[in-house]
Amino acid sequence: MMGLKVINPGMHSLIQDSGRIGYHKLGISTGGAFDQYSFGWANRLCLNNYTAGCVEILVGGLILESQVATQIAITGAEMPITINNHSANNWCTHTIKPGDKIAFGYANAGCRAYLAVAGGIQAPLIFNSLSTVVRENLGGLCTEGMPLKRDDILPCQSSSSSAQRSVSKKFHCRFDTDPVEVRMVTGYQYEQFSEEQINQFFSTDYVISQDSNRMGYRLEGRAIEMPSCEMLSEGISLGAVQLPADGQPIILLCDRQTIGGYPKLGSVFSKDIDKLAQMMPGRKLRFSPLSVDQAQRLLRANAE
Amino acid sequence: MSTEYPKIVIASESSSIVYFSERPCSQTSDQIAYTAKALKAKLGENLIDLVPSYHSLLVIYNPLIFDYQDIEKEIRDALKKWTLNHHYKKTKTIEIPVYYSLESGPDLQRLAKHSGLTIDEIIAIHQQTKYTVYAMGFAPGFAYLGEVDKRIAMPRLNTPRKRVPQGAVAIADRQTAIYPSPSPGGWNLIGLCPIRLFDANQQPHSPVEVGDQLSFKSIDRNEFIALGGCEKTLAGEII
Repeated sequence: MMGLKVINPGMHSLIQDSGRIGYHKLGISTGGAFDQYSFGWANRLCLNNYTAGCVEILVGGLILESQVATQIAITGAEMPITINNHSANNWCTHTIKPGDKIAFGYANAGCRAYLAVAGGIQAPLIFNSLSTVVRENLGGLCTEGMPLKRDDILPCQSSSSSAQRSVSKKFHCRFDTDPVEVRMVTGYQYEQFSEEQINQFFSTDYVISQDSNRMGYRLEGRAIEMPSCEMLSEGISLGAVQLPADGQPIILLCDRQTIGGYPKLGSVFSKDIDKLAQMMPGRKLRFSPLSVDQAQRLLRANAE
Repeated sequence: MSTEYPKIVIASESSSIVYFSERPCSQTSDQIAYTAKALKAKLGENLIDLVPSYHSLLVIYNPLIFDYQDIEKEIRDALKKWTLNHHYKKTKTIEIPVYYSLESGPDLQRLAKHSGLTIDEIIAIHQQTKYTVYAMGFAPGFAYLGEVDKRIAMPRLNTPRKRVPQGAVAIADRQTAIYPSPSPGGWNLIGLCPIRLFDANQQPHSPVEVGDQLSFKSIDRNEFIALGGCEKTLAGEII
């Protein structure tokens, strides 16, 4: 099948959809677009189903050459984009003809951009999803969890649509300054932490460590004193904030392991996971507590 | 802390976790399996996923349809219907062949030293227990089995191996498991299993599921190869 040919894969570009849902009992993580907000808008601009496959571009450097006539849209991080060496905007559609070259520079705000194509990327599904989870060898072009590489062809249908659509500026993703506020729904073992531990957690500016990726963000701050405790492994939700014995929190993200045995304070509110997706190692964040009531109300207000 | 079970706790804005008991046991496993099935039947597509583990069940739901109180009520309703006599699940028992040897189990020697037992005794003890599959996780098809006889329990390696081969049978504290695919790992390796424990392209994807019973049976080198075991793995590939 014809499609978009990879001339340069860039730093780390992955095919992602809305995630691999319903296979946790086999130990399979969800994967999926890290910044679901930007991912959702990219598909919407291309009039795709909200689950359609996109490319998640980390930092930049991706260069594609189209073999088909189609429409694309790019959202997420601020990466300089050129189409045939002419600068192009994000958060809007672009009509592409065969031979067109789409190139991404390096992000100057945020770090993950999403490229959607009309009809979505047509890779084979594995466990009902084409999300690439490198650690599990699942998803991507050949279902084996590979990031994009030179000469890959991202299969897509041709489309003759040329109507242009764009997202109003007020809906573009915002890039907050450090420390970024990250709301956490308190839960799991929260009640078992002392007041002192909790106060320290919410008043520390944490730095995202170099050792962070789609599986989890390791944070560095003043270590919280952790009494040794024995815990049975249990299911881990998206955004769970665990505190291992060294007292440095780890936020577990889309490629997380499905179960784990460290105490947890709760889970990052899903809307703020989109923010985390746009933060590179070295950036700072600060947690604030959110009740499940508030979080569910916010989600519903957002959906209306 | 005094706790009444079952206990339902918020995990996130789209999930709650149910703790069924203080420690895992067969009644707990039974309750978890029953509750999981009941919730699936009742909630259908608005139940997004379930993660059963030793003594808990994480229930992930669509928060635009249900709020956490609705889910708590559904969980309580399901639990009410479960009674002690309700053996919902006919668990299956699976026998897993294992080639135990120094060439397939490079940590046997250390385990012998640690336990004060001979290698033959360790191999015999590992086979005497009927293990319960308490959880699946860490990697696709990785089953956590318990509990290992105290005499052959041993803590994880100080530094995990960069690569543990597919089929490696391992012990960490009082747990044992089989690595379904090559991965980094810190468990003590005592043998190799020739059969596949995870196949993305086959149904079922894994021969075991949470709640199953599992036992190990010793095989020799020739049987290991005949059952599809990889000879290359034996030729010094495990360090």
